[in-house]
Amino acid sequence: MTPIEKVEGRAIPLGLKNVDTDVIIPAHWLKTTSREGMGKGAFETLRADPDNLFDSPEYKGAPILIAGDNFGCGSSREHAAWALGDLGIRVVIAPSYSDIFSGNAVKNGILPVVLPQAAIDRLMEVARTDPVHVDLDTQTVTTPFQDRFAFEIDPFRKMCLIEGLDEISLTEKSDAAIAAYERQLDTDRPWLRPAAA
Amino acid sequence: MTRPRTLYEKIWDAHVVEQRPDGTCLIFIDRHLVHEVTSPQAFAGLRASGRTVRRPDLTLAVPDHNLPTTVRKDAAGNKLPIADAESAAQLAALEKNAPEFGIRYIDAVAPEQGIVHVVGPEQGFSLPGTTIVCGDSHTACHGGIGALAFGIGTSEVEHVLATQTLLLQPAKTMEVRVEGEVGPGVTAKDIILHITGTIGAAGGTGHVIEYTGSAIRALSIEGRLTVSNMAIEGGARAGLIAPDETTFAYLKGRPYAPRGADWDAAVAYWKSLATDPGATYDKVVVIDAAEIAPSVTWGTSPEDVVPITGVVPDPASFADPSKQAAAAKSLAYMGLEPGTRMQDVAIENIFIGSCTNSRIEDMRAAAAIVKGRRKADNVKWAIVVPGSGLVKAQAEAEGLDRIFTDAGLEWREPGCSACLAMNPDKVPAGERCASTSNRNFVGRQGPGSRTHLVSPAMAAAAAVTGRLTDVRELMA
Ligand code: SF4
Repeated sequence: MTPIEKVEGRAIPLGLKNVDTDVIIPAHWLKTTSREGMGKGAFETLRADPDNLFDSPEYKGAPILIAGDNFGCGSSREHAAWALGDLGIRVVIAPSYSDIFSGNAVKNGILPVVLPQAAIDRLMEVARTDPVHVDLDTQTVTTPFQDRFAFEIDPFRKMCLIEGLDEISLTEKSDAAIAAYERQLDTDRPWLRPAAA
Repeated sequence: MTRPRTLYEKIWDAHVVEQRPDGTCLIFIDRHLVHEVTSPQAFAGLRASGRTVRRPDLTLAVPDHNLPTTVRKDAAGNKLPIADAESAAQLAALEKNAPEFGIRYIDAVAPEQGIVHVVGPEQGFSLPGTTIVCGDSHTACHGGIGALAFGIGTSEVEHVLATQTLLLQPAKTMEVRVEGEVGPGVTAKDIILHITGTIGAAGGTGHVIEYTGSAIRALSIEGRLTVSNMAIEGGARAGLIAPDETTFAYLKGRPYAPRGADWDAAVAYWKSLATDPGATYDKVVVIDAAEIAPSVTWGTSPEDVVPITGVVPDPASFADPSKQAAAAKSLAYMGLEPGTRMQDVAIENIFIGSCTNSRIEDMRAAAAIVKGRRKADNVKWAIVVPGSGLVKAQAEAEGLDRIFTDAGLEWREPGCSACLAMNPDKVPAGERCASTSNRNFVGRQGPGSRTHLVSPAMAAAAAVTGRLTDVRELMA
């Protein structure tokens, strides 16, 4: 997973509330075999409009997305985080998220920043013309116009994102304990190894 | 002496690799079942990070979810291609990933191929007292042989492949005790539908349910797998039934089950797992088996259960206003009027299959009802999908396939089929299906499909009468 510390760039001023995972990635994309390429399906219904933000020259490849309340609600599909990541989004800024989505986002190296609606409104304005700067280390979002918004994040999630640690890497730190458990298992319950069929 | 523990607590304790300060535990996974739909991205993730599968020996892969249930080989024995490009790609990915990562693989046309949750116990790969995971929510099924089994998402599949562990919070425990004897025509499916109707779709949330009592003990392993399969429909993380002589007799001699001295040691261990006298559960529900009738669902939640002798309920009859609204919405979707007798509901489609009800006992129960009868004219589509190639072969050896086809039902190749309609087996919009599967959700059997969950015998009865039917009327 790519570590995140500072992200600077254009922010897509989407601003919609209750963006559900069906909007982020429609169900027919679930029948795929790869996480890559899913960016094509990201926001497919919104992008059917030729004048959509995502494909406009200013915002194409933008690393930040600004949205309204309850981002990522609906079905628990992890594909939503994959699709955002593949689209190039590293940071989402919204007033609130569904729990499952924010968990999936962090697992996939995407920073979900929570800011009050007033800050969102201001950032939406700035994003129309200028870049936005997100600093995870100092937990701030700043603009070229002296705006400075501080945000909270769970320290464990922050550490995972800054070090680029996914859950597997974290568990791998317990490798010795797993190996010890496996050795003990071979002594205590040797019959657990499946018989060769 | 340590304090008395439940079956769940014993299995949990035996699998803790590490405990974190917040109570989360790193749990060792003894068995990992893999299928084509939820695994491709997990393998891709391993490849991208240069990881391997930690314990390929504890992993078994078999395709089931989106395989067509029509003939899979041509006359010359060559595999026929799958028409749907995405399904074909998922199958091709599993065919490539399994050997690349050194995992045992049961091919789509192998004689043992079938639904993961049918194959696991049938091969003796699933064992009592083990932790079992699979990227499918009905993994709870394996609780029927006394395994702690639950469904996981794709990133967890990757986590288990890489580390053979999962980070989990301990669950609360719930006992559902079914005492007494069930009446004629009442099967394991009716027991679990009745339980789900009683505790509600969220009744087991945060809990692992242990099913106990004389009515559960009396069930065959097939029946116990049916009960535990739907633990998740009651909101529980998993279901469990204590392993006993019935379990040992079922598993002995299966291909991956322990043998010789290993077998004896295993049985001794399994016998020690039963809940200790004096152990307590966080929640207890007691059900009188004699009160359970052949059951059927009327709505779009598996808790929407009535006896077949009952009527479609009036939404106003529910105390909870949110349930009233949900019931009204369900009835609109299902095209049903309150007060309609369930037995007057006409059925156009029949699905006998899924990991809930596709084992040999289910095939026999359905065949016993259709034998010597004909499918009703208003039934347009009736398919019987055995849970595995071995179930299929056994049923054919007993002549059950002929009984079905003589009655006008189709006899198919094994797979998940119309349980989730990811393959071509779909119920048309607006039509009803008497289905032996586990979920009656909106659109589960195809967009606009209307599902009535029933037992195999009840589905067979609906096939021959063309309406939901009290199977007891057709029993000799
Ligand atoms: S039959 Fe249905 S519930 Fe069972 S494994 Fe297949 S899709 Fe899942």
